[in-house]
Amino acid sequence: MMEKQQYITLLSKSLGDRLTVHDAVAPNEVHMSLREQSLSTLPETCSLLIKSFKAQFTTLVGNDERSLNGSFSLYYVFSVPADDIFLILQVPVDPRHMEVPSISQNLASANWFEREVKDWFGIIAFPNIYKLAAHPDWPEDQHPMWKDFDPQAVVPRVKGTFEFKEVEGEGVFEIPVGPVHAGIIEPGHFRFSVAGEPIINLDVQLFYTHKGTEKIAEGLSPHRAVFLAERVSGDSSFGHALAFCHSMERLSGCDIPQRAIVIRTMLLELERLYNHIGDIGAILLDVGFSVGAATAFELKERFMQLNETLTGSRLLRGLAALGGVRRDPEATSLQRQALREMIVQGKRAFEDLVNLVMASSSVLDRLETTGTLSHTDAYRLGITGIAGRASGIDRDFRRDHPHGAYPHLRFRVVTHKEGDVFARMNVRIGEVRESLAMLEQLQHQHLGEQTLTSVVTIPPLRHALGYVEGWRGEIVHWVMTDNAGQLYRWKITDPSFHNWRALKVAVRNNIVPDFPVINKSFNLSYSGNDR
Amino acid sequence: MLRILKRALTAGVVTDSYPAITAEPPDGFRGKPVIDFARCTACDRCVAACPTDAITVETTSDHHAIDTVEKTLTLNYGDCIFCGECEAACPEAVHLSKEFQLATISKADLRTQARYTVDKDGVFALAEIVSQAPSQDDRLEEIGATVREKVRQLFGRSLHIREVDAGSCNGCEVEITALNNPIYDIERFGVHFVASPRHADMLLVTGPVTRNMEIALKQTYEATPDPKLVVAVGACAIGGGIFGKSYATWGGVDTVIPVDAFIPGCPPRPEALLHGILVAIDRYPHRSSLNTGSSHKEGAKGTT
Repeated sequence: MMEKQQYITLLSKSLGDRLTVHDAVAPNEVHMSLREQSLSTLPETCSLLIKSFKAQFTTLVGNDERSLNGSFSLYYVFSVPADDIFLILQVPVDPRHMEVPSISQNLASANWFEREVKDWFGIIAFPNIYKLAAHPDWPEDQHPMWKDFDPQAVVPRVKGTFEFKEVEGEGVFEIPVGPVHAGIIEPGHFRFSVAGEPIINLDVQLFYTHKGTEKIAEGLSPHRAVFLAERVSGDSSFGHALAFCHSMERLSGCDIPQRAIVIRTMLLELERLYNHIGDIGAILLDVGFSVGAATAFELKERFMQLNETLTGSRLLRGLAALGGVRRDPEATSLQRQALREMIVQGKRAFEDLVNLVMASSSVLDRLETTGTLSHTDAYRLGITGIAGRASGIDRDFRRDHPHGAYPHLRFRVVTHKEGDVFARMNVRIGEVRESLAMLEQLQHQHLGEQTLTSVVTIPPLRHALGYVEGWRGEIVHWVMTDNAGQLYRWKITDPSFHNWRALKVAVRNNIVPDFPVINKSFNLSYSGNDR
Repeated sequence: MLRILKRALTAGVVTDSYPAITAEPPDGFRGKPVIDFARCTACDRCVAACPTDAITVETTSDHHAIDTVEKTLTLNYGDCIFCGECEAACPEAVHLSKEFQLATISKADLRTQARYTVDKDGVFALAEIVSQAPSQDDRLEEIGATVREKVRQLFGRSLHIREVDAGSCNGCEVEITALNNPIYDIERFGVHFVASPRHADMLLVTGPVTRNMEIALKQTYEATPDPKLVVAVGACAIGGGIFGKSYATWGGVDTVIPVDAFIPGCPPRPEALLHGILVAIDRYPHRSSLNTGSSHKEGAKGTT
């Protein structure tokens, strides 16, 4: 176990010739700046950090700092799970030469991040020059994340067509699907290349739900941004809102009341519960097991009703706040009773459901060996959360970067090796059990009445990370304040942004009719990805 | 197999008899904000607190009396995300009621408005309540049964809905999906969600309409045979919600296609959705007569 100070000393000593190391307010962040003349060492430096500290690439943030220091900046964020440390490498980008060397040659997980930065900032990570976020009818010379781009601008459409990987050969066909899908789900376009039933290749075009969230947040007061954070991805309303609150709180170094920490953790687990149970139901529905699906959906609804009883919102909205939570979900005896009863009844109903599924060999037949994501691919692509844990990636921010009340809770990180649909369902089953056990530990932890600290003072021109382990995986927010303590830049990383590429790999050589269940087993967020 | 049979036999009926059981939300539920205009002091605290500008104030000088100004306070339920910030800012005059069935066929009906006069000493008086969003309490009775009856009369026992996500956060989708669960079981009212717009009588549209979904939404609308209904679901679909209008979003479904009914909420609860669908069906005869004429042309374009 290495402390933050040791990191600072070690990094200054070994890499001092190419970068400078600074301390940060946040207790587990080490900030570094790459010297301009050492730009060519960027890929090597990133690989070195990864190898020496067993670090993982977490996110890449672009930032237009021309009004502050005359240049753009890229922030490469790495997590070191062993020591609960985040390494943040800042790289200055000269506006006259908008290019940096790509790190995704050695670090495939950074690929999409670099392409997004290219579309929104015009900074090319050479030679990774492909479009990702901007649709073909978006003009190449318009970069919405530049500070001088008017958020209200009406940008004319230009001519352009989507480019998909073309697979040629006898009997190879393309199946276009979306953006409006058959089910009640979010929009995205899938392009399958198939030879008969087996899928040879899948290309995915996303960003249909791009709402300019990060852009419209510029200049927004952090208090208001909490409401926007709740609407980044509807099924992770609380997760995103809390990650954002964490970032502002870490930036200002404020203390949160004990009771609020308990409530926040409780709500994160309640969010995990209704989503996991719903996903299990959806997987069962997609293999035609209606009895199981109906049972799961009924249970999910009960948990959503519990959410409403506890918080006034079925999606746990309106509770997150800077400095704590707005209300105590266990304020009345009715609420305490509802929670207590649901933990008991929910556990019983859930075990009934699991028994029902496990006894049905025809269901298991459809789930096992379907949509396999190997450990190697999952590791290479930096797959996080449940999808990663189902492929043997033993990674969970609740344990690796402890936040909330997790350091005081007994729980197990559920992992499976197989990487198929069944494994992803089993991870969810294991986590539902863990969540219920955690709620048991958390209920009646009345550590004082206070749920909100009165004022959070927000210092200007600082940046910090905020993160939680949402139900899908790690939700990471990066914020920087402006001179007035409002938002200067807010980068939202939903786990889906890491994991969409896993879907492309997992469906290969599966048959088209299995695609829905494979897709459901990942259940990635479009809105969280597109923002 | 035996387990499945046992489960099926022992489950019983879990479906709620709407509206008798679930129409009453739990304590602490945040529904329609109600401003008590008699207690309001036109101090604008609620205006400052609202994150979506659902509450706005307009100040105009009175031509007759130079010393007084007029303030018009507007609360738009279409933009409301039911966060409760207005109540927290002004517990004296604002409270969030439990009312959640707020759907209307016109955006104007979503507004509550009052006019005040304020003189130079800061003394204010309520001049008039300009408009008040209609209260839906009297319409709450037996909505489910009414839906079934209307659907039977108008659509020959089945209303087919195509859901279109035009850039929502997925919150509305979570609630629309819930309509299919065994608790709400919308199919018992003759309402089905279908896979293709060509099979649909109604489009249920969510999201502020992103730039990238505009064309797809228009094409979906054109592919839906006439006569058809469009329902905008949630604050984003009504007026852009918290995302508003920007380079990436158009700020509401009616900026792109005609809308027949609006269902406020962020997101609306499943019962609010059901109520909104009914409000839209009420409009159906009106719409079908409106559409004759242009309908064939639109339909033909959609199929090419």
